[in-house]
This record gives sequence, structure tokens and C-alpha cells, in this order.
Amino acid sequence: MATAKLKTAIDGGVRPDQPKPGPQTAEIIPLKRAEEGALRRQAGRFGAWILVSVLPPMLTVALLLLIWQLAFSGPGATLPPPSTVWKEAHDLILQPFYWAGSQDIGLGWRVLTSLQRVAIGFGLAAVVGVAVGSIIGQSIWAMRGLDPVFQVLRTVPPLAWLPISLAAFRDANPSAIFVIFITAIWPIIINTAVGIRNIPQDYRNVAAVLRLNSAEFFLKIMLPGAAPYIFTGLRIGIGLSWLAIVAAEMLTGGVGIGFFIWDAWNSSRLPDIVVALLYIGLVGFILDKFVAAAGRFVTRGTAAS
Amino acid sequence: MSRPDVTNAPYLKLDHIAKSFQRGASSTEVLRDINLSIADGEYVAIIGHSGCGKSTLLNIIAGLTPVSSGAVLLENQEVNSPGPDRAVVFQNHSLLPWLTVYENVALAVNKVFGSRKSRAERDAWIRHNLALVHMTHALDKRPSEISGGMKQRVGIARALAMEPKILLLDEPFGALDALTRAHLQDSVMEIHARLKNTMIMITHDVDEAVLLSDRIVMMTNGPAATIGEVMEVPLERPRKRLDLVEDPTYTHARAGVLEFLYARHKAPSIAA
Repeated sequence: MATAKLKTAIDGGVRPDQPKPGPQTAEIIPLKRAEEGALRRQAGRFGAWILVSVLPPMLTVALLLLIWQLAFSGPGATLPPPSTVWKEAHDLILQPFYWAGSQDIGLGWRVLTSLQRVAIGFGLAAVVGVAVGSIIGQSIWAMRGLDPVFQVLRTVPPLAWLPISLAAFRDANPSAIFVIFITAIWPIIINTAVGIRNIPQDYRNVAAVLRLNSAEFFLKIMLPGAAPYIFTGLRIGIGLSWLAIVAAEMLTGGVGIGFFIWDAWNSSRLPDIVVALLYIGLVGFILDKFVAAAGRFVTRGTAAS
Repeated sequence: MSRPDVTNAPYLKLDHIAKSFQRGASSTEVLRDINLSIADGEYVAIIGHSGCGKSTLLNIIAGLTPVSSGAVLLENQEVNSPGPDRAVVFQNHSLLPWLTVYENVALAVNKVFGSRKSRAERDAWIRHNLALVHMTHALDKRPSEISGGMKQRVGIARALAMEPKILLLDEPFGALDALTRAHLQDSVMEIHARLKNTMIMITHDVDEAVLLSDRIVMMTNGPAATIGEVMEVPLERPRKRLDLVEDPTYTHARAGVLEFLYARHKAPSIAA
């Protein structure tokens, strides 16, 4: 059936005064070619991706490992070379989720504990930050009153908040969450406010003609209109949160990747610290990409106009 | 110099409208003593040089800009805030870029008819209005994915879908190329013939004004601009672009507007 149809289609495209092509060539070769072409294109694209996105960072990492190995292999080296790290701490790399008692657990669990704190602190910061940023962006008087205060507060380093929050909450966990919150909230507030101030007057006019009430205006015009800016703020905020949680956990103790580093330092387990740094870097990278991807998904179309 | 009244009872009445903008201690008078009555179903074009305050006048009718004195009366009721009864087709389409074509119209329809029509009725009404402007093929496209002319069509559909008493068009085709513009002018004429709604259009294109309008309102130059002259365009409808080229009524009306704009009220920059 299919070959017959194909044949007619091809015959139909040939002028009658020309010799018709043999059925063999007409039936098989074009199909095969198309299939092969698609496969080759796909393989080519995969190869190009390897060449462009995977190979260069791999080479860099290999080179760095080599330099590191050479630099700290001597007898008086203060830091462990990669070979020592692998020898002494490969269990941490290979088994992120083992569980052998409350303090002898895999780094995966510790990272998850830290992530949980970040999720709560950053989540609160996102909600409060977008709300406060909307008010500042919308009201000139709120901006005049609040902006200078925020500009001062946002320069306070995250850890400087820790003693105050420890005194206020009298507990390590809420204090760490508060430090995340107070670190992440400023870029979210400021970017949301800028985004809302930059909503074109045209969109406001549309809302006015439609008589949208303030809730509808907020949900249907303000949030989507300012979304690209809001996500810039969220992305900066998540990065700062991850920076702050490690430092805060070093001081508050308990379970968490930050305290693990501090604990390893106190018991001179330098290879463990190196592995922990690797985890922190990778998780921070994933968090950033995650928020960026969420932003791209939510604001699709907006940026292109 | 405005005509005292039209034969029908005034549907929309602009009564001694004046507008000044305050900046610190100084104030600039933009419009003064605007009087105009517009009948139901009439197509009125407002024409004038840049800076004559014609967009301000449209915004005043829309309720987006408050008057300094005077009033806008729609069916004998004063209107001083924006509302869907005076829908605006904005110069730069003003579609929300994060919504699809369908959703942009749906935003208006759901707000205006949310309590009066069922979900299925609203859906049919959205599709009906997009069909009026020949845009049903792009329901799920975003504004960034369609051409300028198409965006303006969707803007018109959104305004029409509000079932406004008056449709206000603020230089709706100003940003379009000549061919697209002609195409959209034909669409607007077709819609006007079909729905018989009242339309007020700002333009600075003489041919567009003569082709589309029943009356042309010509504005003097700012500051303190006012209506210089109102000209009747007594051409039969439906009007055909090609037939009008040689039509004496058309050429006469066109000459009248050109004479007003370039002989008696030159643009300030040309006069200087």
C-alpha cells in the first residue's frame, strides 16, 4: 500500500515526456536516505554537544587535578593531593546515603538537611520579598520610606545576623533559617520593585480599561510583567542562601554540610573537607540552574517581546 | 467652530473640555474648549499635527487622563474613569506578551462577561471576535510569534470583545507598513459596517481619515489646541478604496483636510 502510494506520488511529480524512473529506485532509495540522514544528524548533534559542552570542562578538571597532584605530592605538603583524597574519602563520594548512627551519615543526608533549611528560609524570603517588593514598586511613598533602610540593611554580612537571631530564637535551627531568610530577601525585594516599576504604562492602561481590581491586577499584570526581574532576584537569592547556610551551620552545629566541614577540620580530616567542598559546589550549581530553568519556564514569551 | 449638533441625539458629548498639565509652578495648557457631539454608530477621525493633543483627547474620552475642566458625557452620564464601555485599541497593540492570542482576548472577555456568560459562551465569544479579525489560525501563538499587523488585529478583537459602546482607536495603524495598513483599514470598515458601533480614531494619515470616517475633526496646533474645523465626508458606504481614487467627493474632502493641515495650520516645526 505504502509503496504504491509513494510510487504514484513520485510518478505524479515527473513530467510525462521524461522517462519514468524504475520502481526500485523510487521505492527504496529515498526512504533509506531520509532515515540515514536523520540518524546521522542526530549523532552529529550529540557529537557536537560533547565537543562543545562536555569536553572543555572535562579537560579543565583533568588539568587542575594534575596540577594539584603535582603541587602537593612532596613530603612537606600541607594539603592532601587528589590521590590521598580518593584513598581516604572515596566512601564519602561513592556512598552519599549511608546511615550508621546519628553523626555517622553520608554527605547526601547532610546536604539534604542543609537544603531543607535553605528551602524554608529561601521560600519565606521569596514570598515576603515579592510581596514587599511589589509594595515598594507600586507605591512611591513606600519606596521613599523603605528603600534607604533596605539599602543599609542589605549590606550587613549574613553571619553578622547570627548572634542576634540566636539571641532571639534561642535555638540553632530557626536561627540558621533566619540567616538564610535575611540574606536572600534583599535581592528579591529590590529586583521585584524594579520589575514592577518597569511594567509599561500600556499594560496598566489595559488593566484600567478592563477595571481589574487590585488582586487581579497583581496576579494577572504585575507578577507576570515583573517575572523576569523577580527571577533574577530569586537566582541571586538562592546563591546567597547557599553561601550563608554553610557558614551558619559551621557556627550553629547539628547535622548539615557546614557543620560537617567544621567537624572534619577539628578532627583533621582534610580529605573529607575536600569532598564536602565538591558537594557544596555541585549542589550550588544545581540550585542556580534549577531556579534559572524555573524562570525560563515561567517567563517564556515575555523575554522575547 | 464645532458643529452645534448632529441629527441624532448626541450619544457621546464632549462639553467644554480643557486640559492643563502641571509641572511644579508652571502649567501647560494642552487642550482648551473642546466641544463635540458624536452620534451612535458614527465613525469620527481626529486628525492634527504631532503634539496637538489628540492622543490626550482620546485618553480623556477613555478616562485614562482626567480633565482639568469640562466633562465627557456618554448617553448623558458623565464618565471620568476608564471602563470597558470605551474600549481602546492602543497604538502599539499593548498585548500582554506572556499570554497567547486567545488568552489576551480571554482576559478581557472573562473580566467583562465573567458573571453574565457561561464558560462555553465566553469561549465561543472569544473565537467569534478573533474570527472577525481573521486571526483564528493563531489562537495559541504568543504576541512575539506574530507580525505587527496581526498583533493589531488581536488588539482590535480584544477591544471589540468587550462589546464597547464606543471603540477608541489611537493611531491604530501608525506602526504598520502601507500594505498591511490598507488591509487593516478594510477590516475595520467591514467590522464597522457589520456591527454599526461608534468609533473614534486618532490618525495623522489624511487618506485614512477620509476613507474611514463619517466626519473628520481637525485640531489646531498646540499648545492650547482646540477643534479647528469639523468636516463631513458624505461618501456612500460601503466604500471601495479603488473606486474612490477618482471620486470627486473623495478628492474634495482630501483637499479640504490637506488645506487645513498644510496651509492654515502648518506644523510648528514647518512654520518656524
